[in-house]
Amino acid sequence: MSTHETKGSGLKWVGRAIRRLEDPALVTGQGRFTADLPATHWVRFVRSPVAAGTIKSVSFPDGARVITAADLTGVKKITPMLHKFSYRPVGQSILADGQVRYVGEPVAIAVASSEEDAEDLADLVEADIDETPPLVDARAALADGAPQIHAEAPGNVILEGKVQTPGFDSVWDRAAKIVAIEARSHRQNATPMEARAGHASYDPSTGRITLTCTTQMPHLMRTAIADLLGMRESDLRVIAPDVGGGFGQKMSLCAEYVALVWLARKLKSSVAWTEDRRENLIASFHSRDQYISLEGAFDQDSKLLALRADVVSNVGAYSCFPTTSGVEPLMAMAEMPGPYDVQQYQCLARGVLTNTCTMAAYRGVSRPVITFTLERLMDKAATAFGIDPIDIRRRNLIGTFPYTSAMGLVYDEATYKETLEMAVAAIDVPAFRARQQAARARGQYLGIGFATFSERTGYGSPAFAARGMAITPGWETVHLTVDPSGFVEARIGSSPHGQGLRTTLAQIIADEIGVAPDIIKVIHGDTDTAPYGWGTFASRSLVISGGATLLAARKVRAKLLKIASHMLEAAPEDIVLENGSAKVAGTDRTVTIAAMAREAYTQTHRFKGEIEPGLTESGTYDPPGTFSNACHVAIVAVDIETGFVRIERFLVAEDAGRIINPMIADGQVHGGVAQGIGNALLEEIVYDESGGILTANLADYMPPTAHEMPPIELHHLETPSTQSITKAKGLGEGGSIGAPAAVVNAINDALAPFNVQIDEIPATPQRIRAALRDATNSARSRESGNLGATL
Amino acid sequence: MKPAAFIRHVPKTLDEALKVLSDVAPDDGRVLAGGQSLVPIMAFRLAKPAHLVDINEVEGLQHIACDGKTLSIGARVRHAAFHKPVVDGPLGALLSYVARHIAHYPIRMRGTFCGSLAHADPSSEWCLVSATLGATMVVKSTRGERRIAAADFFEGIMSTALAEDELLAEVRLPLLAADTKFGFYEFSRRAGDFAMASSLVTYRLAGGKIADARVGVGGAEPSPRRIAEAEAALNGNAPGEDHFRAAAAAAADAVEPLEDHQTTGEYRRDLVRAVVHRALEHSI
Ligand SMILES: Cc1cc2nc3c(=O)[nH]c(=O)nc-3n(C[C@H](O)[C@H](O)[C@H](O)COP(=O)(O)OP(=O)(O)OC[C@H]3O[C@@H](n4cnc5c(N)ncnc54)[C@H](O)[C@@H]3O)c2cc1C
Repeated sequence: MSTHETKGSGLKWVGRAIRRLEDPALVTGQGRFTADLPATHWVRFVRSPVAAGTIKSVSFPDGARVITAADLTGVKKITPMLHKFSYRPVGQSILADGQVRYVGEPVAIAVASSEEDAEDLADLVEADIDETPPLVDARAALADGAPQIHAEAPGNVILEGKVQTPGFDSVWDRAAKIVAIEARSHRQNATPMEARAGHASYDPSTGRITLTCTTQMPHLMRTAIADLLGMRESDLRVIAPDVGGGFGQKMSLCAEYVALVWLARKLKSSVAWTEDRRENLIASFHSRDQYISLEGAFDQDSKLLALRADVVSNVGAYSCFPTTSGVEPLMAMAEMPGPYDVQQYQCLARGVLTNTCTMAAYRGVSRPVITFTLERLMDKAATAFGIDPIDIRRRNLIGTFPYTSAMGLVYDEATYKETLEMAVAAIDVPAFRARQQAARARGQYLGIGFATFSERTGYGSPAFAARGMAITPGWETVHLTVDPSGFVEARIGSSPHGQGLRTTLAQIIADEIGVAPDIIKVIHGDTDTAPYGWGTFASRSLVISGGATLLAARKVRAKLLKIASHMLEAAPEDIVLENGSAKVAGTDRTVTIAAMAREAYTQTHRFKGEIEPGLTESGTYDPPGTFSNACHVAIVAVDIETGFVRIERFLVAEDAGRIINPMIADGQVHGGVAQGIGNALLEEIVYDESGGILTANLADYMPPTAHEMPPIELHHLETPSTQSITKAKGLGEGGSIGAPAAVVNAINDALAPFNVQIDEIPATPQRIRAALRDATNSARSRESGNLGATL
Repeated sequence: MKPAAFIRHVPKTLDEALKVLSDVAPDDGRVLAGGQSLVPIMAFRLAKPAHLVDINEVEGLQHIACDGKTLSIGARVRHAAFHKPVVDGPLGALLSYVARHIAHYPIRMRGTFCGSLAHADPSSEWCLVSATLGATMVVKSTRGERRIAAADFFEGIMSTALAEDELLAEVRLPLLAADTKFGFYEFSRRAGDFAMASSLVTYRLAGGKIADARVGVGGAEPSPRRIAEAEAALNGNAPGEDHFRAAAAAAADAVEPLEDHQTTGEYRRDLVRAVVHRALEHSI
């Protein structure tokens, strides 16, 4: 399976694959999720069955409790803002107000006393909508004369990023070879195991509302909803209980939660909604619907000199809060050059509004697409130059650090070449090539594909500020307490939902203050008990919350040493913290942390004012950000008669700095690779021409199952980071970033004898067969053409 | 609870079941067998039956019986019953091999053979088996009993010759001669998904030549059926690559392929060619 080497860090808990502290509850059915809460009222959202049109009326049975836009007077529209890139702010009403802009847009709320009754009532609500022709495809929405989806965004362009480096034109003109790709990434849904769910309750004694929901960002939900409803933020508490995965789909504000809080205030009661899978596939957030045209200019030695990109990103009907719909196109623009040394760059990146479900972040954010595009380009260039795909990467990967990219990003350090070589050595490429040849002779088609990439992780507020977002996330705060009984709790602003942070942060704290992780509780996901923070997304939590945890733990450690010094009558320098005690080095004089903690709260008079009472310290961390990197390798077998792709082997060589818990790190990579394989081969949200979704269940929208997953071989390089105080980098997204490129490069390698190019994801069997058929047909017509010439 | 409201009836005897079915049929009453197709459809509210006649407690429908000529399968027999051969000889082996391709284990523990036939999904493995082997459906109602040949039973996508008040009480499959060879292959994108095309072939050898060839194709047309053109390409010829290829090509030409948003007619033909060829390869 995987290699768990912990380089002798000298530390005790960090680097060990200890079991996750969160799992006993989860695997014994004791997890507590939003949908477990009882409620007095249940709602179903009545959603638009049409993609574009004007609402004439909404009718429902007399006496039924049905809410429409007309009821929501004074509620502001969700209007995310970006102060750059010609961004056009567009607003989204909580319930469609006059216009509907995508199938699934909430039009009304059916409220009843049970989930069943709400479902029945929703069936009886009828929205009479005057349909207008929808725009489903981004290129169609860009065409001259296309209907306007929002008056505020002429030409349906919500934002436009443009860059060109000063020397671009002259380098472009000097190039020996231009290699081009037209890449297409279809649309996905992050498909968390738990779909969305919300529960808002009213406390009559205080008038406060508690919203429990499946979010990755409880504090930001509180800020946003309080703003929209004109509430005091202190009157709203947001709780993210156990959350069954988010992958970005749960980091954006959804109108449904705003509606639940509004309803709980209005009814002075509790109101709940649990999304079903069909609703989730249709109407939660989507991602990654992009066209990218990319050209690379190479010199005669296959050295990449310049890149030119045109990114058209279908952002759906509205802009997502807080990132805005810049999240995908701007990430594409900023990080297109990837791990390659290329100093000249031109890019036009547009976010295009369409009559489709709103796009938001999804694990990897645009990088699965740009990595796919760039890595396909490198393979095409290798073919054009007649060299090995590995060699063209060796020639072009960045090897000297720090490196400033054409976009001005500083890559502090990375091991692109080292991880590539690690992967190449592990695969035994010559043996594979021999096997590939032998298989071809038998009519079997094997292929190998490489993907090298960098994953920007753990970036703080300065990095986000560069995007010009009205909401600029970044830092994290941790409050660390040793309570009077000697147990430890860390309250964090991050909001883990499967990442294992309760375990990894405990490991960091344990080493710092000399206790075992199982006496440490990490408390998160409740705006009443956790410090303000940004939640969990963008491979940030272990780096940023981990850093803040370490800073707080160092302070607690210093204070414990002070107290120990006082209690043991020794100099702090002579005291060590280990095994839950402070000990005067070289003696048997010890005092337990529990005794020190009790002293810190209940015997403070003894400190004579020299030590502050209590044992709570805070740490805040706002790092510059850093880049993890990896090389993914896929070996596939393509069945040329059916187009079916079987992944025989999948290998990841990655470097995310110090690994705090190898088991958790491996799990993150495995999950990411699974989603990447889904992206590469299976998952696609399909709209028909009228804007309806044809893939609204898990038989038609196809995430991979355990059966489709190959074994994944993991190799960790673990170069300690200088940009992160824990020396760890993020790795939550890498798995999903590299896999599509590796798999599709492998498919193309397998099909090299047929001269086909698969530049579209997912590379479904239908698409592969169609490409093979086209290639065979055109070969046939060439042959008959030649024949004609000789006759 | 996702479905619309309904009343569930739980008859204990066949007569009782037929009586209640005839009473509620006009009111969109339906039989509930394993529920593995009906319940999802109800959860999507694509069907809103007012009554369900749950046959899971009806006595006398759980039999798998063999009289030396035919195998009778009662309406309560679940897919999982076929994991191990239910009868000696090629038929038991064939059913056991095919059963493993139906959905996933938990679904096979509930879903029934007869329910699959009544539901008549174009991709259903049991529909393919019934059409290829020439099953007879034993259909009952308060009006009496009818027997319907498989070729007359399947009328299109999820459509059969069953009247609303009729229960498919039993299906009868002819036993296969001991020297019958069979082969099966299906194509789906993920394990357990409905097949995008499938093929079941059986034949015997007479003097080294194929005789009594049956080539069934499922998932490609509204109903599974035997493809005479493919059978003709086999009968009288020795089993082997050339004739297998010819039969596969004949089947691909003969079908009128179903199309959907991802699957063109051309691609469906590609799949038919591949599955027939592979079913034939599997037969040796
Ligand atoms: C995820 C998933 C994957 C699946 N994959 C496959 C697959 O690969 N291949 C496959 O063949 N099936 C598949 N199925 C369907 C499954 O095999 C069902 O069990 C089968 O289609 C119906 O049998 P049932 O007993 O569950 O019938 P029910 O769901 O109870 O009923 C289905 C229909 O048949 C009627 N009916 C049932 N029994 C009778 C009867 N005796 N007389 C008259 N009418 C009757 C019902 O009224 C209803 O209209 C899958 C199902 C799921 C959920």
